[in-house]
Amino acid sequence: MAIILDVNGKASAVQAAPDTPLLWVLRDELALTGTKYGCGIGQCGACTVLADGQPIRACLTPISSLAGVKIATIEGLGGAHPVQTAWVAHDVPQCGYCQSGQIMSAVALLAKTPKPDDDAIDAAMDGNICRCGTYQRIRAAIKDAAGLAPAQPAA
Amino acid sequence: MKTPARPLNATRRELVVGATLVGGALLVGCSPVDLLSAGAAKHDFGAFGPFLKIAPDGAVTVVSKHIEFGQGNHAGLAAIVAEELDADWAKVTVEQAPAMAKVYGNNGMGVQLTGGSSAISNSWGQLRAAGASARAMFVQAAAQRWRAPASEIIVRDGVVSHVVSGRSAGFGELLADAAKIAPPAKPALKDPKSFTLIGTERVRRKDSAAKSQGRARFTQDVQLPDMLVAMVAHPPRFGAKVAAYDASATAKAPGVVAVYQIPTGVAVLAHTTWAARQGRDALKVGWDETKAEKRGSAQMLAEYKALAAGQTPPEGLAWQSFEAKGDMAAAKGVVFEASYDFPFLAHAAMEPMDCVAQVGFGKAKLTFGSQGQSLDQLNTAKIVGMLPGAVEIETLFAGGSFGRRTNFQSDYAAECVHIAKKVGKMRPVKLVWTREDDMAAGYFRPMAHHAVRVVVDKDGYPLAWRHRVVTASIMKGSPMPSKGLDDSTVEGVMGSPYLKATPAVDGQVIMPESGVPVLWWRSVGATHTAFVMEHTIDQLAAKAGKDPVDYRRALYRKAGATRHLAVLDLAAAKAGWDRPANGWSRGVAVHESFGSVVAQVAEVKLVDGQPKVGRVITAIDCGVAVAPDQIAAQMEGGTCYGLSAALYGRISLRDGAVEQTNFDGYRVLRNSEAPTVETYILPSGNPPSGVGEPGTPVIGPAVANALLALTGKPTSALPLVQT
Repeated sequence: MAIILDVNGKASAVQAAPDTPLLWVLRDELALTGTKYGCGIGQCGACTVLADGQPIRACLTPISSLAGVKIATIEGLGGAHPVQTAWVAHDVPQCGYCQSGQIMSAVALLAKTPKPDDDAIDAAMDGNICRCGTYQRIRAAIKDAAGLAPAQPAA
Repeated sequence: MKTPARPLNATRRELVVGATLVGGALLVGCSPVDLLSAGAAKHDFGAFGPFLKIAPDGAVTVVSKHIEFGQGNHAGLAAIVAEELDADWAKVTVEQAPAMAKVYGNNGMGVQLTGGSSAISNSWGQLRAAGASARAMFVQAAAQRWRAPASEIIVRDGVVSHVVSGRSAGFGELLADAAKIAPPAKPALKDPKSFTLIGTERVRRKDSAAKSQGRARFTQDVQLPDMLVAMVAHPPRFGAKVAAYDASATAKAPGVVAVYQIPTGVAVLAHTTWAARQGRDALKVGWDETKAEKRGSAQMLAEYKALAAGQTPPEGLAWQSFEAKGDMAAAKGVVFEASYDFPFLAHAAMEPMDCVAQVGFGKAKLTFGSQGQSLDQLNTAKIVGMLPGAVEIETLFAGGSFGRRTNFQSDYAAECVHIAKKVGKMRPVKLVWTREDDMAAGYFRPMAHHAVRVVVDKDGYPLAWRHRVVTASIMKGSPMPSKGLDDSTVEGVMGSPYLKATPAVDGQVIMPESGVPVLWWRSVGATHTAFVMEHTIDQLAAKAGKDPVDYRRALYRKAGATRHLAVLDLAAAKAGWDRPANGWSRGVAVHESFGSVVAQVAEVKLVDGQPKVGRVITAIDCGVAVAPDQIAAQMEGGTCYGLSAALYGRISLRDGAVEQTNFDGYRVLRNSEAPTVETYILPSGNPPSGVGEPGTPVIGPAVANALLALTGKPTSALPLVQT
């Protein structure tokens, strides 16, 4: 029996088995490939999407647990979201593979904490690995999107 | 040798001849490019040549022969063309070139490959000429149309103007005429002083929006009609082979289409990634481990140390000298000794290795993040039975590489081609590696052991420097001719200004082999040599009671290392080296790699006994700075990559099996641990040199030197944090 998923405001009947992780349904069945596979064990955050506004790891979340839950992916942000705009303004991405997950974590952070301090950014973003090392620009872009002054280098 | 115009199918005899030729041609010094191009289709590049397309609406497309996997080269390459063309930067986009070594070969290597931090440097003259040539054609076309002297025509932001008559036109309006003008044989290049785009903050990435919106297309994202997804059960040890397998449970798994044995394991093909994963998990494979590597990394390191300590090398293995001068025995003074151990490292790019291949009807096409297109063509050709130039490659963005995406065997791409060959009929096969596959597959930064013995004079400066390096050769397996010494094992010791300043030097390397595949890893030899040289220098300075910056200055002056001196002075000044650091300990390091020299001052403290890095002041001399913001980005990223390895990076083997399987065991740097990197670029009129790698090797020794200053304890093994 098909499971109905609410992804980016659209109801989709998906054929995958109930224990299939959301990640593979998004990517292979719904062709929403912005959400990435990085580790499969919830360590890297590349697959981060929002479930009723909360960041979750799609690689570990079976679709059976998502009935009635509003799922938002990078594609659902629309492209002009303030976080995306800040990302482009700071040229945050390098290889770009982790950035969908980074952005979704940042969106969730700012929705809950509109003016995050450094500790809040640490807590929200430490689950997202970037091997290119764009962390410094991620922090600057989050502060920019939050309307905070850019980070000053430590004296 | 001319490229033969002939059917794409090669006979077996031709292939044998071809393979021999490729090897043989390299040995006799003949360019391999003709051979790699054999079978290539003819290609019409249009009026402006292979690197530039201009559309009727005036849009400018720069064709990049180099893959973009984060390092920002697409921005820099496009800016070089746009500068000489005087294009409107906002209307410039970048397109990836096809695989075609003859046209898109790396000018420093011959073959088509992105590596050695060479994308900008090898393209510099080529792309300036491409832009300047097209500009001259537009000027000529305008001069003819407006009956004005060419010398009075100016071009600015994509608009061609004749001020005297008040006429102007965009590239699009003049396109048809310009395309008919013969390109100048030697187009006049700008005086770098008149650059208006290169070197400015206007040179920004062209892919940030796509990458911030989930639109950038990676191999992992490829979906083609009728495509199958493949996962492969790999052996638990390097060198093991499939003995037998039972796919009865796999065959029953939903979505599984086929199971094939291939040289590297057993492949499961399915309609979706998850089905392939489940099918693979249901496989039962027995492995033949008679030829497998069964040594652990601890045993290998013990063997390395024994060799460095003087044990007679086994048959077939010998020490090679890379530097010998002066009279070692004559040097009398205080002796300093140190040794350093470096573990295997995984590249651990965010996108695990993957490839899409189609084989059949005498054709082969690969669609993936190909870093070394020529090698991938050659290895595909050998498997499929065709001429290398006929192998089509569509290069996509890659989710990082750091060197991992190219090697002499094209390991993961070749695996995909083997599967696609079984499937045939040009049906697309997407090979997906899990993180666990990726981490266990090897091609690691090799383990290394260094032993250093320095005799110093009464002022504490080196009189004699004995250096022994034990590490595996990365270049083994290369089709390139070998002169015996693999420079990549000792680069950075060899050529060091400190050795130039030392009267007597005895540097030797020995390269033991193992079953563990090793590979270049962002900054290659410098990943260990920079640490050894820079941390040794700080220990020598400490013993001499001298400031580490002053100590280096004295040696650089003696060696005539003016670029080292300049970046050191710049970093020290920007860091306020002569002033206290508010509770932070400072460490300095300087290293030259890929033609660029980087100096860093790292501010470090211990938090709960663990090193915490705050500010990292970076100065770089990379010649002309084409894309300053991307140079800063590479210093930031390269520093994080190097710091991650220095703090945490370690792959270990137990009885030959890799112990780390994922990011839980292979710890990498996270956001809260990242330093704030400040980048200062030394003004230079020299041609551009490397940027992608030189930022990586300096941070490790800078941090170790800060810890030495803080605790008095030197570091003799990486990683610094043992988890």
